[in-house]
Amino acid sequence: MYFLKRIAFMIPLLLVISGLAFALIKLAPGGPFDKERKPATPEIERALAAKYHLDEEVWQQYLRYLGGVAQGDFGPSLKYRNHTVTDIIAQGLPVSLALGGLAFCFALGVGVPLGFFTAVRKGRWEDYAGSFLAILVVCVPGLVIGPLLVMALAIHWRWFPVALFASPWHAVLPTLTLGLYFSGRVARLMREGMMTTLHAEFIRTARAKGLGETQVLLRHAFRLAVLPVVSYSGPLLADLLTGSFVVENLFQIPGIGVFMVNSSLNRDQTMVVGLVLLYAVLLLVLNLLVDFAYSVLDPRVRYE
Amino acid sequence: MSEPSAISGQRTAPGDGQSGDPSHLSPLTSGLPLSPNQRAWRRFRRNRVAVVSAWFLAAVVLLVLLWPLLSPYSPVAISEAQFQPPDTKHWFGADLHGRDLLSRVFYGARISLLVGVVGAGVSLVIGVLWGAVAGYLGGRWDSVMMRFVDVLYSLPSIVFVIVLLTTLNAFLAKAQGKFISADGAALLRFTGLFAGLGAVSWLTMARIVRGQVLSLRTRGFVEASRVLGASHARILLSHILPNVLGVIIVYVTLTVPSIILYESFLSYLGLGVQPPYASLGSLIADGVGQLNPVRVYWWLILFPATLLALTLLALNFFGDGLRDALDVHAERR
Repeated sequence: MYFLKRIAFMIPLLLVISGLAFALIKLAPGGPFDKERKPATPEIERALAAKYHLDEEVWQQYLRYLGGVAQGDFGPSLKYRNHTVTDIIAQGLPVSLALGGLAFCFALGVGVPLGFFTAVRKGRWEDYAGSFLAILVVCVPGLVIGPLLVMALAIHWRWFPVALFASPWHAVLPTLTLGLYFSGRVARLMREGMMTTLHAEFIRTARAKGLGETQVLLRHAFRLAVLPVVSYSGPLLADLLTGSFVVENLFQIPGIGVFMVNSSLNRDQTMVVGLVLLYAVLLLVLNLLVDFAYSVLDPRVRYE
Repeated sequence: MSEPSAISGQRTAPGDGQSGDPSHLSPLTSGLPLSPNQRAWRRFRRNRVAVVSAWFLAAVVLLVLLWPLLSPYSPVAISEAQFQPPDTKHWFGADLHGRDLLSRVFYGARISLLVGVVGAGVSLVIGVLWGAVAGYLGGRWDSVMMRFVDVLYSLPSIVFVIVLLTTLNAFLAKAQGKFISADGAALLRFTGLFAGLGAVSWLTMARIVRGQVLSLRTRGFVEASRVLGASHARILLSHILPNVLGVIIVYVTLTVPSIILYESFLSYLGLGVQPPYASLGSLIADGVGQLNPVRVYWWLILFPATLLALTLLALNFFGDGLRDALDVHAERR
């Protein structure tokens, strides 16, 4: 019941979000055509504005946009004028989904075992080495790791292609660049959750009942210890799936992360609001799943 | 769980120090129960990595503050020494414009630290209050407050920051020279950067704290203090929040680097610290911009990146040490 209500609540929420994004772009000074050649005459400028209804009141523009969205039309991009927003997203999204999904699997696949392992071995050299590694990757930006990986593995040793996204081989360096940082964050959250859980009464009970250490750790502790990671993975996945400006720029990957930044800089309002809506839908759905997972994993959590 | 202090008849606080540790038998403390803070401080001092990190951070802060007095070079002075590799004159080499990299690195570190700490402070205060109150109240209030977070969350932070900073820049470009001096404009630009970075980074903190509080508020000890008539503020501040403190501290130490990194990303887009000012992030971004397969100006990336990584590492280890020291569970170990 609680979750049905949340789903029903998504539509007004999306309306608020789109309105907010629209208002934000309108608040910023300048327009989408600022960086282009000045039209020969004011008439052309007016005609251009009229074609995209930029001469109307802001609320009229917003209602017109919503009307279009209701019919599945997200409007034309004001910057890439031969393309609709739907076209651009449809072209870039599969690439971003693939890369983001890979990076997500990498982050969890490396981060969760690492965090688990370092917490179990707390205070020994394995803990120090593992924690140091986790913190190190959190502290070195993708801006540095990416070019260094390219310099070393692609240019110097020629193990991997320098750029593009054509085969699984091409995906290795972008996935590493994108995923390493998050694997460190996941490892730290996992370690923290594990260490908190290991002090809980039910762990002592499980041990007192004579359960093996593996059973205690994997079946009893893990379930609660993974909660901070679960909490984090909703926004993380939404972030990763909508692309990364740095990685896409660096490896010349045609995803949608570049558009999010460039459209905001260009005040390309239809593009921005379209991308914001896409991100918002992803995030709301994923956060719903996170809360659902919470109630499954931790029986003490109840939603009324 | 043997208690050596009980055997020797001393009245040390329960669980003070791990068993086998002789420090709590020292004559200085014998017979006197220690306050929780004293015990925390003692646990912290015992953590060698954390203490070294604290000293390192103190040294960096001191160097960064004093450097303008010590340095023979200004961070913005242009010279003939273009792309000078590190030597005895320029220890860290020089950049494209012949500016001394050592001075620029310390100068950038000052701005990066400032941005990270102020941004994390904003996120700490807003995020903890918001998340704790929402999780504690639960029910309808929780829904309303968390939907508000959802709305802000669902707006990609970069859109918000870009709009904020471009608006501010346009305003400053117009206002400068009329009623704002150049220094005032630079100050306002920094304030805008802090506000933007702080405003987009408290959300995760709020969600994490709320999740923890939500599961804590049904626990027995909370029920017990409620039955005993404790006020809501007291339950929240002295019973629930101490249990969340570990997570909060770890998350703050993760927020400082992420804000510093976010600033470097903004610098990469040309929206962060504006030249001739520099942050560690913008120095690295500049160095990356000079990367090419023919000639490698390694010092342009290596030195700022090393200082950035070391500072962030120290921050993290320091936070870890604090967490272990303050951890309320540590008392039962």
